[in-house]
Amino acid sequence: MLVMIGSGWQIYNASPIMPFEFPAAITLGGWLGGGIAWHFAAMWVLMGAGLVYVVYGAASGHFRNDLCPAGPRSLVRDIGQALRLKLSHKAGHYNAVQRALYTGVLVVAVLTVTTGLSIWKPVQLGWLTWLFGGYDIARCIHFAMMSLIVGFLLLHVALALMVPATLWGMVFGRRMPDSDRESAS
Amino acid sequence: MSPPQIDRAGVAPELRKLERRLFLRNSLSLGGLSLLSGCALDDNASVEHALSLMSRFTDRMQALLFSRQRLAREFDPSRITHPFPFNAYYEESDIRLVETSSWRLEVSGLVSDKSPWSVARFRTLPQKRQITRHICVEGWSAIGDWSGVPLSVFLQHVGVDLRAKYVNFRCFDDYSTSIDMATALHPQTIMALNFGGNPLPPAYGAPMKIRIPTKLGYKNPKYLASIEVTNHFPGGYWEDQGYDWFGGS
Repeated sequence: MLVMIGSGWQIYNASPIMPFEFPAAITLGGWLGGGIAWHFAAMWVLMGAGLVYVVYGAASGHFRNDLCPAGPRSLVRDIGQALRLKLSHKAGHYNAVQRALYTGVLVVAVLTVTTGLSIWKPVQLGWLTWLFGGYDIARCIHFAMMSLIVGFLLLHVALALMVPATLWGMVFGRRMPDSDRESAS
Repeated sequence: MSPPQIDRAGVAPELRKLERRLFLRNSLSLGGLSLLSGCALDDNASVEHALSLMSRFTDRMQALLFSRQRLAREFDPSRITHPFPFNAYYEESDIRLVETSSWRLEVSGLVSDKSPWSVARFRTLPQKRQITRHICVEGWSAIGDWSGVPLSVFLQHVGVDLRAKYVNFRCFDDYSTSIDMATALHPQTIMALNFGGNPLPPAYGAPMKIRIPTKLGYKNPKYLASIEVTNHFPGGYWEDQGYDWFGGS
């Protein structure tokens, strides 16, 4: 993911659509050709990982059970709790804010991939480019989705650091031996 | 004695966790390796090699995605970009000029008729016009109005060996690029002699440019000098430096 973002910034710099460029130090590839090579290499790897995730998510019921957005009432309640830093957080169970964010970022991920494909193959996948309003608009949406993903990554890491007990589970795929209690540290 | 019963359902989640941990450990050590080898990840020769292997893979997938029938979108004349941008690996002030009347296109490789071609001779072949979007690998794009001889018409005229893999273009500004035979025979791949209804001006590749709306800008050579049909991978000016060879859009 970070490779995709860094190389994407390198490609962006070749012909910026906003009045700024990304500093060379945080881009990947060294020049446009290198950035493209990294971007496509990471694309195939991510595509493989994404495929595994979708198959696993559908087959295991993860999408159905854990991600289907909760009702608006519990979402408002949980946002309120999150802002007061009192949100209950139990390893292995997503609260309403998490559900909304994780589902949202899945939608963003799908849009990132589809706009990316539409600007890579505006002829072979012309219908997709047309769906996004043409090549130039698809390019802008691709950039906007990248910005949302970067925002999500920053927020995700910040929130995870506020509840350090979750880091164990995120990295190792199981909760820490004594983490069954609710934590809001 | 019956074999011991294994509770598969009970074991599965544990196995999954184990797999995840092993996978993570492997990726961690990969990350560690790249740290050891220094910060400049892209200077590493093996990384460079891996990237070029991935690029070959991308080329193969692009060739699979390519359809001989699918056409690039054509636009209304009102959508043409004015002024259409000049683009090359050098500045506009360094454009090289040739006398159109004395210019000849060299023809070589797997064709039966290798005689050189003049602009006048090209104008006796059927012409085709297209208003299509030129997309640069950098991300910008512009809509232009080209007309000329479909490359497939020319290739059949000179008796091309259709089993050949590549068509290689060399230009008198020392640029070069090459394409796959499938793209060479695509109905929108043309040998452009005109832009906006007039003979190509120097900025757009006079006297002849290959226009391929199914490929990125760097696969659309200007200032054409020779054309060669071959089975030996020819590469190209930018491709040799790292752009992917197929460059399809």
